[in-house]
Amino acid sequence: MFNSLPNLQVSWEVISVSQRVSTTYGESPILAVVYALAAIVAIILFMSLTAMTLVYTERKVAAHFQCRLGPMRVGWHGILQSIADTLKLLLKEDIVPDQADKAMHLFAPVLCVLAALLALIAIPFSPYLAVSDMNIGVLFISAVSGLGVLGILLGGWSSNNKWSLLGAMRAGAQIISYELSATLSILVVVMFSGSMKFSEIVQSQDQGWWIWRAPVVGLVAFLIFLVASTAEINRTPFDLAEGESELTAGFHTEYSGMRFAFFFLAEYLNLFIVSSMGATLFLGGWMPLHIGNLTFFNQVMDLIPPGLWFALKVSGFIFLSMWFRWTFPRLRVDQLMKLEWKVLLPIGFINLLLAAILTLSGFYFFPGNS
Amino acid sequence: MVSSEMASSVLPNSLSHTRAGIHISSLDERILKGQTDSKERADRETTQEYFVNMGPQHPSTHGVLRLVLRMDGETVRDVIPVLGYVHRGMEKKAEYVGYRQQVHFTDRLDYLSAVMGNWAMSSAIEKAMKTELNDRIETIRTIVAELTRIQSHQLWWGVLGMDLGAFTPFLYGFRDREKITAIFEETMGGRLTMNYIQPGGLMFDIHPDFVANVKKFISYFKPLIEEYEELFGGNVIVQERLKNVGILDAKSAISLGVTGPILRASGVAHDLRKLEPYGVYAKTKFNVPVGTVGDCWDRYQVRMQEMRESISIIEQLIDNVPEGKHMVMKFGAKIRVPEGVYYSQMETARGIFGIFIASDGSEKPYRMHFRTPNFNNLWAITQMAAGGRVGDLVAILSSIDIVVPDIDR
Repeated sequence: MFNSLPNLQVSWEVISVSQRVSTTYGESPILAVVYALAAIVAIILFMSLTAMTLVYTERKVAAHFQCRLGPMRVGWHGILQSIADTLKLLLKEDIVPDQADKAMHLFAPVLCVLAALLALIAIPFSPYLAVSDMNIGVLFISAVSGLGVLGILLGGWSSNNKWSLLGAMRAGAQIISYELSATLSILVVVMFSGSMKFSEIVQSQDQGWWIWRAPVVGLVAFLIFLVASTAEINRTPFDLAEGESELTAGFHTEYSGMRFAFFFLAEYLNLFIVSSMGATLFLGGWMPLHIGNLTFFNQVMDLIPPGLWFALKVSGFIFLSMWFRWTFPRLRVDQLMKLEWKVLLPIGFINLLLAAILTLSGFYFFPGNS
Repeated sequence: MVSSEMASSVLPNSLSHTRAGIHISSLDERILKGQTDSKERADRETTQEYFVNMGPQHPSTHGVLRLVLRMDGETVRDVIPVLGYVHRGMEKKAEYVGYRQQVHFTDRLDYLSAVMGNWAMSSAIEKAMKTELNDRIETIRTIVAELTRIQSHQLWWGVLGMDLGAFTPFLYGFRDREKITAIFEETMGGRLTMNYIQPGGLMFDIHPDFVANVKKFISYFKPLIEEYEELFGGNVIVQERLKNVGILDAKSAISLGVTGPILRASGVAHDLRKLEPYGVYAKTKFNVPVGTVGDCWDRYQVRMQEMRESISIIEQLIDNVPEGKHMVMKFGAKIRVPEGVYYSQMETARGIFGIFIASDGSEKPYRMHFRTPNFNNLWAITQMAAGGRVGDLVAILSSIDIVVPDIDR
């Protein structure tokens, strides 16, 4: 695997779970079923574990930003706090407002989690760890993660509360607007790598990550993606849908117990998903950091397994997002729209145009093998 | 200041003032009278307006204040404050207790300026009794009042951050306010309701460590104001959220009876510490920060500057606190205020806090009235918030810096 280092022509063998299922199906259908079931269980376990870890991390990060300790009581340094919280949410009374649309009120949080779950399928954790490596991976995630806004809209609308409705409408307008910018910046990477398949996008960054490999446009696209994705997942400074000081709790004002927990889960999963998108598209995904012809450095970097690389990059992205949240105040609703339509979108289009020109001229740094 | 003509003019004015300040559904009135312009009518015809109750339980109404909002989408058309959720009948209760006990009431009005309330009440009684105070009492009162102003502004700064959606300033503000409350606790025994300044002096003499601790606090907090500015005031989002939001011009500020930092932010350099110096303010040098636009950003700047000025006042006084007794009246003796009407006012952290006493010569007041700054300040929101967004309303409400028990009394 790591044998052809001198000229950095690393050829990664990418196998996803779905490929394993289809290749083993002929020989042993039972093994194929086992693979498929394992994937389902793993994704569900991963979902809850990620959300719990992220909630704990967020609380600790926030605490240290604010010169305090955060959870300290449950377990060592409060490490079991998330489990205690989950238990509490499970045991809480499930309150549904009297005049709410009961079916929709129930369905909304499920839809949010469903969207996040579907998106998890396509995320390439490492060359051997991805549920599915489909040829339209990027498009799939963009499409599916946009589904989450329906859950928020439904939740706010069905609650029959004016604050919730305001929050839901804000979320709708915001997420749909920022989806444009996020997609435009993703398109830059798709153009450069010439593929929508995650494994190919990652491998195209063998000689350098797209954030700097595509001259300037990569960095601009990355920044646009950073802002737009933060807005898409409703995090400060774009947490208008929740806006607790304005709308009490926005779209989930009328949610409690497990239903609220589902929104919470979806929120943190979305954070993970956009972070992995950012890491995969701009920071090389599971690809180790290679610098030009520094062979020794590159060999050392290759010792770190690709799965860990992915985790590190995603963690960095998530930390950045938490840093935003605990530093910035919230934008106003009209400023939010102005930022998207008058600033990000024009820059995004110009950036895309430049990227197209650069791609046609084949001009990018570290030309290497791709 | 305590002349009876002035005092007698206070009552009717303050009554008419409350009435003039109410602007309930001015647009509705104009629509009924057919005075609206075509743009307003077009807005009316295309979208459906709705009412929302903001409060009495709402994270950013800072207590049990209720605002009825007439909204058009995200735009606030009208704000109607509904008061009375913490009405405790303070002024009526005051007629049943002796003068010494009145001081306790002032703690529970504007609890963030509790010491200044104590002082206003004590000075009203002292003026009635013609008590002469020594320099030690006056100096300590001034220092403690300025410390109170700083801690009140610290809390406001934190809460403004939270209302704008940034939670971190909230904890920073509280962390630093804690230092002042610790100093207060040492000397006064209380952290919120101090009941420290008494008619005729102070409840206790200052703690032996008071001077050292105040100096320590000042050297700790002085650089922190700059950090506050860096973290929060320098943020472009904060400036976007505050600049040109909730503009209150000097004329309507005066006609609404708005006082304190809000009035000064509107460009009126009205500060009782300068105009009618009490305590030892006349001996100290300080500036009265004044705004130019009268928007939330000016109010922010004025308060930040006031903290710096307060620090400078304390620095001038803390090194030479005169010696003397901390109480010149006979402690615990019943006070009988001579017959007549008396009025005393002070510049608290939120504006002018006035106390009107009508005495019939007995040990209890015949009538007591509190002119609280927050009541008038709150009414400015009816002018400032109309036409803005919900987010603006929250920012404006926070920049007014209300304390609800002070409004309801």
